[in-house]
Amino acid sequence: MTADQIFVIIAGLGLAGWVAWYFWFSKAKAVKIQTSDSGVQEAVIKVKGGYTPDVLIFQSGKPIKLNFIREETAACSEEVIFSDLGVRATLTPFKTIPVELNIDKPGEYDFHCAMGMLSGKLIIE
Amino acid sequence: MTHDPVCGMEVKTPSKYYFDIDGKLYEFCSESCQDKFAVDPMKYIEKTMISEAGYRKTNYGIEKISLPVIGLHCITCVNTIEQEIKKLPGIKIAKVNYTTEMVHVEFKSGKVTTVEIINAIKNAGYKTGQATLELGIRGMYCGSCVSKIEEALSKASGVLSASVDLGTEMAIIKYIPGVMDVKNIKKEIEKLGFQTYDTSGIKPEPGDDKKDEEEIDENQAAREREYKTLMKKFLFAAVLSLPVIFFSYPTIWNLPEQFQRGTETLRLIWIAMSILSLPVMFWSGSQFYKGAWAAFKNRSANMHTLIATGITAAWVYSAVATYFPGVFPEERLADQFFDVIFVVVALVVLGMALEIRAKGKSSEAIKKLIGLQPKTARVLRNNTEIDIPVEEVVLDDIIVVRPGEKISVDGVITDGSSAVDESMITGEAIPVEKGIDDEVIGGTINKTGSFKFKATKVGKDTALSQIIKMVEQAQSSKAPIQKIVDKVAGYFVPAVIIIAIFTFITWYVFGPDPNLIYALITFITVLVIACPCALGLATPISLMVGVGKGAENGILIRSGDALETAQKLDTIVLDKTGTITEGKPSLTDVIAINGFTTEEILSYSASVEKASEHPLGEAIINGAKDKSLTLSEPKDFNASPGYGVESTVDDRKVFLGNLKMMKRNSIELAELEERSKQLADEGKTPMFVAIDGVAGGIIAVADVIKQDSKEAIAKLKKIGLEVVMITGDNSRTANAIAKQVGIDRVFSEVLPEDKAFNVQKLHNEGKVVAMVGDGINDAPALAQADIGFAIGTGTDVAIEASDITLIKGSLKGVVLAVQLSKATMKNIRQNLFGAFFYNGLGLPIAAGLLFPFFGILLSPMLAGAAMAFSSVTVVTNANRLRNFKSTWK
Repeated sequence: MTADQIFVIIAGLGLAGWVAWYFWFSKAKAVKIQTSDSGVQEAVIKVKGGYTPDVLIFQSGKPIKLNFIREETAACSEEVIFSDLGVRATLTPFKTIPVELNIDKPGEYDFHCAMGMLSGKLIIE
Repeated sequence: MTHDPVCGMEVKTPSKYYFDIDGKLYEFCSESCQDKFAVDPMKYIEKTMISEAGYRKTNYGIEKISLPVIGLHCITCVNTIEQEIKKLPGIKIAKVNYTTEMVHVEFKSGKVTTVEIINAIKNAGYKTGQATLELGIRGMYCGSCVSKIEEALSKASGVLSASVDLGTEMAIIKYIPGVMDVKNIKKEIEKLGFQTYDTSGIKPEPGDDKKDEEEIDENQAAREREYKTLMKKFLFAAVLSLPVIFFSYPTIWNLPEQFQRGTETLRLIWIAMSILSLPVMFWSGSQFYKGAWAAFKNRSANMHTLIATGITAAWVYSAVATYFPGVFPEERLADQFFDVIFVVVALVVLGMALEIRAKGKSSEAIKKLIGLQPKTARVLRNNTEIDIPVEEVVLDDIIVVRPGEKISVDGVITDGSSAVDESMITGEAIPVEKGIDDEVIGGTINKTGSFKFKATKVGKDTALSQIIKMVEQAQSSKAPIQKIVDKVAGYFVPAVIIIAIFTFITWYVFGPDPNLIYALITFITVLVIACPCALGLATPISLMVGVGKGAENGILIRSGDALETAQKLDTIVLDKTGTITEGKPSLTDVIAINGFTTEEILSYSASVEKASEHPLGEAIINGAKDKSLTLSEPKDFNASPGYGVESTVDDRKVFLGNLKMMKRNSIELAELEERSKQLADEGKTPMFVAIDGVAGGIIAVADVIKQDSKEAIAKLKKIGLEVVMITGDNSRTANAIAKQVGIDRVFSEVLPEDKAFNVQKLHNEGKVVAMVGDGINDAPALAQADIGFAIGTGTDVAIEASDITLIKGSLKGVVLAVQLSKATMKNIRQNLFGAFFYNGLGLPIAAGLLFPFFGILLSPMLAGAAMAFSSVTVVTNANRLRNFKSTWK
């Protein structure tokens, strides 16, 4: 085996390992949302190739308002779906689309785009 | 970020323009806004304190609202309303002014909403309301126009709030109907020199621009724009790809010597290609880079990541070969792959464009439902007919409907009659005859006659609104089958990247010469061929089409779960009353003896029953009316419970009752007794009739079987379901009915509370059971069953206990629902199989698995074509479901 082959193997394995770690095992930072004076937990989520922030922490029993702003026209992110809650919203590009939720049961609730390519999570404490 | 208090624009903090009042910072977008603020700061500060809902908000978190109340007739009413409002949390003051007919409420923000207060007033038995109007405004060119309009509107009486958006040229106005109306709101705005046009709400007046008449659907427009942009991007890449392909394969086209490898001319062409490829990558393919980067930041990867990585690798290698060919140890390694970039970008972009087109069709069903929503209603107020937006219709309004018009809300006919086309809601093609006291559904179309009806459900309570909500919910739910896909989807793209890296290593280390080129080509091909979109789309897109198709046929499927379970059913339990039968008795037989005619018997019996209030009596009267018999007034009516009724009609003494009654009055029945037993065996309720002490005949009533029940049950059996009937009737009646409709298994004499238990018994036999019932008495049984079918009753569509609601009360719907669920699940499985098969087969081939055996290696350009059309195929396959037709006939 030549030196360049050994180099390609080591570099390739290293790169593959990094891909696995970065996409599967590293954890995204969760954002904790505070309750406003009116009792609503309100957050703004930017939609552009993904949801920013994509992990949000809320408290149970208080109304939640998620303001989605879709800053792209790519059709993939056109809809956001909370399948556990049976809520679907069509995100008009460059407009704030509020999604109001009321979750009493603590737990994790996923949301994603229509194709399941983009996803995020609500953690209810 | 903060908002400019003057124009409402978003301002980056800290802004150059600001104003400090009592330690609070107000920031502005420009100097002009800052100057305006400086002139009269309080004007703008107060404005920012108006909450979104728009009621006056004071500094202490107390909101004040005044609402008009209709129908205040007495001083005590005042107390009722006040008490009802005070029951709500956070109410400071609730005062009703009897003379001005206004309610004045002060309440703590956040504790209670205006809607709740309005509901409290409704609960007390009075009417008030709030309507929302969306209005387009033309001619606004500056931020100050916005504040000018908002100011003018909020000063107008009856307007609760007004918010104007410069960007969309729209105003959202909340107002109290009765105090303010659309016409006056428009006048207010037009007074200021702006034009208004309707975006929803009411129809444009004649003379308006034609453009206004078109429905403005922003999402549709955005999709259309995206489609057009993608097509432009595609054309750009496709046109440029032609010369690139031409010069990339000089040997294939037999080009003259100066265009062959190693010449100076070709090197110049390569340089041109490397420059031309930049706009293709960064304009035509811009979404790949944007999408990949955004996903990368979120630690996720998608289709864009794969394409972006693939084309970048191709470009970097080709650029090095073009500009620094000396880097490569061998001359033949210095090859270029610019053609891959052009072709892959063109094809994938084309695929995305076609997908948008196809997806638009998938959601057509829900769009149709939304389109059914009426916009205006002709309401009778103060004895004059006025056209108002449907949002302003309140409960108990009397609405006038003329032939050919759309019925605006749900209600009950109070005057007139007509045939109504309800096909858009129930799926039933034949118009339904409606008369006084019949229910009408909003969104349906009046055919022939004119009538008036009283609104019983308005706004989001109408059947149509509920249906739309249910369909939307179901379309966003997940079928259990999707869970496997979700697991795979989360790992898919990174796994593909890792596979691509391993492919590169393998080819580099073990591959034939030139190994670097083979390694690169297979690396790119693997990245390009993988199609995560087909995988992710497979289930949801079919579910969306399937649920939508159900709604078109009057079948409301609550969730993907219900849809998936419905195709596994093997037993179906039918409640007798109201499901197999009409649910109310009607006249079935009239027998006459001793010289009486059947008309006489029926007319005497019906006349007697005029005085009774028994449901069986009603059936007899209706039977007589159907035969156009004239009835007389009964005298000396007397009912003896457990026996029957007696009365004098046209001076003749009439007895109507059971055997005991006839015996008590010593009436000779002769052959009637035998006939009565026969009728009872058929599941009917016979009653003897005696006139002036002589037996006259028998009147029999029964809960008749619905017209299509027998056919539907046969069909259910044919599709392999065991059909079971459940009823509280005695076994003789139950068996008689079961025999008539062809049911073999009967649970009779079941108390209503034991129905759920009987469903459970079937569960214990290992069966997947569906229960079909009315959703009210059968709610526990519906919930117990794997699938609860609720037979809709008029406008009650959101039946909690049911998984599937049949709007049209026919058993045909059950057949259709089972067939549809089977068709949808089949479609989903086809899609999933296709997507898994495609990726499962495509990836190894792309990696070059066939090369050692057959010498076949996939071109990255072919991979791009395959990838682009795999997701289009999935959507197209799902759209095939739109052609679903019941095999009923």
